[in-house]
Amino acid sequence: MLTFECPYCGVQADETELSPGGEAHLTRHGPESSDEAFEGYLFLRENPRGVHFERWRHSFGCGKWFLAARCTMTLEVFGTYAAQTTEPPQDILDKITGRRPGWRRLG
Amino acid sequence: MSTRLATGGRLLDRRRPMDFTFNGKRLRGYAGDTLASALLGQGQVLVGRSFKYHRPRGLVASGAEEPNALVNLGRGARLEPNQRATTTELFDGLTATSQNHWPSLEFDVGAVNARLSRFLPAGFYYKMFIHPRPLWKYVYEPFIRHSAGLGKAPTEADPDTYEQFHAHVGLLIVGGGISGLQAALAAGQAGKHVMLVEQTAHWGGRAPVDGVTIDGMPADDWVKNTVEALENMPNVVLRTRAMGAGVYDHGFVTVYERLTDHAPEAEGPRHRLWHIRAGHVVLASGAIERPLSFAGNDIPGVMLASAVRDYVENWGVSCGDRTVVVTNNDDAYRTALALRHAGLEVVAIVDARTTPDGPLLREARDLGIRVLTGKGIGAAKGGKSLESVTICAQAGEGAPLEEIACDCVAMSGGWSPVVHLWSHTGGKLTWDAERCFFRPDPTRAPTGADGQPSVTIAGTANGHLRSAEALCDTAEAMTAILGSDIQAAEAQDADEGPLVPVWLMPQGAGLPLRQKMWLDYQNDVKVSDVQLAAREGYESVEHTKRYTTLGMATDQGKLSNINGLATLSQALGKDIPKVGTTTFRPPYTPISMGSIAAEARGEIFQPLRKTPLHDWHADRGAYWEPVGHWRRPYCFPRDGESHADAVAREINATRQGVGLLDTSTLGKIVVKGPDAGRFMDLLYTNMMSTLPVGRCRYGLMCSENGFLMDDGVVARLDDDTWLCHTTTGGADRIHAHMEDWLQCEWWDFKVFTANLTEQYAQIAVVGPKAREVLEKLGGTGLSAEEFKFMDWRETTLADIPARIFRISFSGELSFEVAVPAGRGRALWDALLEAGAAFGITPYGTEALHVMRAEKGFIMIGDETDGTIIPQDLGLGWAISKKKDDYIGKRAQMRSHMADPDRWQLVGLETLDGSVLPDGSYAIAKGKTANGQRNTQGRVTSTYHSPTIGRGIAMGLVLHGPDRMDEVLEFNTVDGPTVKARIVSPVFYDPEGAKQNV
Repeated sequence: MLTFECPYCGVQADETELSPGGEAHLTRHGPESSDEAFEGYLFLRENPRGVHFERWRHSFGCGKWFLAARCTMTLEVFGTYAAQTTEPPQDILDKITGRRPGWRRLG
Repeated sequence: MSTRLATGGRLLDRRRPMDFTFNGKRLRGYAGDTLASALLGQGQVLVGRSFKYHRPRGLVASGAEEPNALVNLGRGARLEPNQRATTTELFDGLTATSQNHWPSLEFDVGAVNARLSRFLPAGFYYKMFIHPRPLWKYVYEPFIRHSAGLGKAPTEADPDTYEQFHAHVGLLIVGGGISGLQAALAAGQAGKHVMLVEQTAHWGGRAPVDGVTIDGMPADDWVKNTVEALENMPNVVLRTRAMGAGVYDHGFVTVYERLTDHAPEAEGPRHRLWHIRAGHVVLASGAIERPLSFAGNDIPGVMLASAVRDYVENWGVSCGDRTVVVTNNDDAYRTALALRHAGLEVVAIVDARTTPDGPLLREARDLGIRVLTGKGIGAAKGGKSLESVTICAQAGEGAPLEEIACDCVAMSGGWSPVVHLWSHTGGKLTWDAERCFFRPDPTRAPTGADGQPSVTIAGTANGHLRSAEALCDTAEAMTAILGSDIQAAEAQDADEGPLVPVWLMPQGAGLPLRQKMWLDYQNDVKVSDVQLAAREGYESVEHTKRYTTLGMATDQGKLSNINGLATLSQALGKDIPKVGTTTFRPPYTPISMGSIAAEARGEIFQPLRKTPLHDWHADRGAYWEPVGHWRRPYCFPRDGESHADAVAREINATRQGVGLLDTSTLGKIVVKGPDAGRFMDLLYTNMMSTLPVGRCRYGLMCSENGFLMDDGVVARLDDDTWLCHTTTGGADRIHAHMEDWLQCEWWDFKVFTANLTEQYAQIAVVGPKAREVLEKLGGTGLSAEEFKFMDWRETTLADIPARIFRISFSGELSFEVAVPAGRGRALWDALLEAGAAFGITPYGTEALHVMRAEKGFIMIGDETDGTIIPQDLGLGWAISKKKDDYIGKRAQMRSHMADPDRWQLVGLETLDGSVLPDGSYAIAKGKTANGQRNTQGRVTSTYHSPTIGRGIAMGLVLHGPDRMDEVLEFNTVDGPTVKARIVSPVFYDPEGAKQNV
């Protein structure tokens, strides 16, 4: 039963008021894309044992999607940030490397 | 035999006797008793039968760890099986019966299993019931079902109420012994918001029983003072009869509070399940004593030493006249001393250690108690009650040195900290070789959202068995949590010498003895079973557990796990920490299903969504169909009418006159903004940006994977506003889908969406007389020329502002009228009145389904199942070729999606006019690799059509549209096949003459 702070409404939201949306920072590949690029976009996921970037929606709160950086092993949350972000913010990356020295982002 | 002493019992109120029955026998106890202490007080040692061998079973423990004394509690609707007598507080009128025997507790036919025990070893079921295969269904399974389970299930609905509380606390402390109390006091004084929960009805834990002195006063007094101080703190919440059931992620803890189990006449809910978010959790959950593995250790009268002490001290109950204490540690001597102080006879203390020494041992010797060192029990003898024990050398093989008559054995194999809650959420354990237990590893604590330890374990639960050490440990833990120096209360208890591990008594016991040494009392797992499992190759403790069923009973192995894995590790020749423990899973002890369901039962199991016309439907006796959280009328049967007859009548009335359908549940989502057209083109497979204002268009939505997910009519309201109708079940999902794309992919689009589903009542007026009905309500300009098929307009009907959509899902002339939800009932009533002359007939969802199938219209969820693309359904016309992109376009370009062998939508007509079974398959030649018949299609929708007077169906068939008039065979469940001809899916009015009038 995780908790995340919704970056929009500031609520420390319980998992029961959130919906998960899978891996964050995917790049959409449309009609022009190659089979490989489209397969990667639609099906291939990192599924790491450790630091992970995820999409969550505050479904039973403000209704906004947001992104979260957390550890899939320890469930430590490094931070949440707006969904309108193509790359994890630097302060969150710094926090992760502070807590996980030597960590490198996959993909 | 056990009995009540004339005096004593610190929890007992002898002025308040209470009557109860056990197996119909009237018995008497006192306020403060548990059912267990009351039974023992009345000489009832035998309390149940074991699961597998039906061995006689007596009380072993005095608390939550009790494996044997499970009873059926209560009567009728309040009957509840598997209730532990040790945690059941006695009340006047309590009714209990024992379990797992026939015909009676004293004489049980099932006990023949015990004589067959040689043939019922570990894994018996796996070995026995695998061959021959056909016997499983008719012989083995019914037999196992008959023998399975303890207790009886109640047959009536539970009349009690249950509730759940949600709370946020700064610090949650689990366990109300002296460590928990001291922790709460320190945190309370520091101003923390504290909640302290204790599973029993009493504060103080074991310290008062063990005669500990704290801060110069008896533990009882210190406990009383501390609780009083805590009660006076507004920032501290205290709860007894509240068990920490499970610890989960990010400080989430469930606490199970039993509110009225001890007072069934009291008002209010019976159980309360707390959902707590704690800033930090302190576990002061204590420790549980371990049994010793000697032959006959399951005979009624063999008990834990701590339990024997509890019964004397807490409830003034003697567990036997002649007690033998058998131990590998000093603590059990306290039991001998307590019994002697109560005036009872301790025949001998049998100590497995060769040279034990310590103040407790010296005190026992000083009192003249016979202490045998380096000895063990070779065998306990007796049937339904203990008669004697033989004494042997612990180092030997069990040759009897002497036999001692006794009716009680108080055994102690040492203590194990209660680490369950620590382990629930990932806390790791470390093996303490010196003290022989697993204790929490403080360097590997459970962590919270911030990555820091979220749980602290303190006191006895942290491996500090003596009170003085436990309080010091707690003070240290609280100092770390609170950041200020916390002084420990000063406890004085006797010094203890070291224990020696004893996993087998005697250590050289042969197979005949090992076959009588019980590890798991409830599931009948013996030392020999675990050793057999090891010989058969079970090395993992998790596998051994499942193979032997060790620790899988309702007590979850609280007494048996450590002894079991020590036995396994010895059999494997490995160290105990190498073997490890099984996984600790919540809840700590079973909690009631009622508390899990709480208020969510019966009518309020889940929220019910009602349309503005719901009450009218209910008044007219609608037969309901659940659709999502809605209830929609399936049909409106009249007196004596079958549902099929009602559906046929509704369809005929609609097709010949006029029908009325409540379509308020359909999703209505507004998409608005300068970029709304762009967004609509991406959302739908069709071109929606070119839809003129005032017009409607049927649209399809696919997932990014290309599969059809929803359909509906889109209306363009104005330049930058579109209204999207979705399926009833799809409204919330599709709105979320839109928001996902807008927020996470096309966040530069200037678009808003709003789900207005419940803002409008919507009514379909359907049939050749529909126009006349609307005109009677003041509708003008509705002629075919002025108001074309797929037009919509804003107008006033029956003085209600309305939007009328000229759309049809039935093939008839049809208008859907949307009005503000609050005006829906007024419009409905007006329509009924205006249509009375035409025989206007409300119809339900089944008539809707049949009429759409007659017209060959697809239904999401019937023709689609998440693997179907629009192209499979002949809907290629609704896919824009002009657009560069839409959600699902790229996926539909994949080779498999363009495969000409994908099954295609067709109509199906049985040759004999019957209705094809739903979901049946068209059979093809040959068989699959699994020996099943090949298939070439399947039925997706099938109905009896009253319009056509025969069965009609839609289905997906290999190359279907190219095989018109071909006859296929469809399977039925266990019956002959049915022949059906491939036809057009449009059975009714293919030219559309009926709807274009």
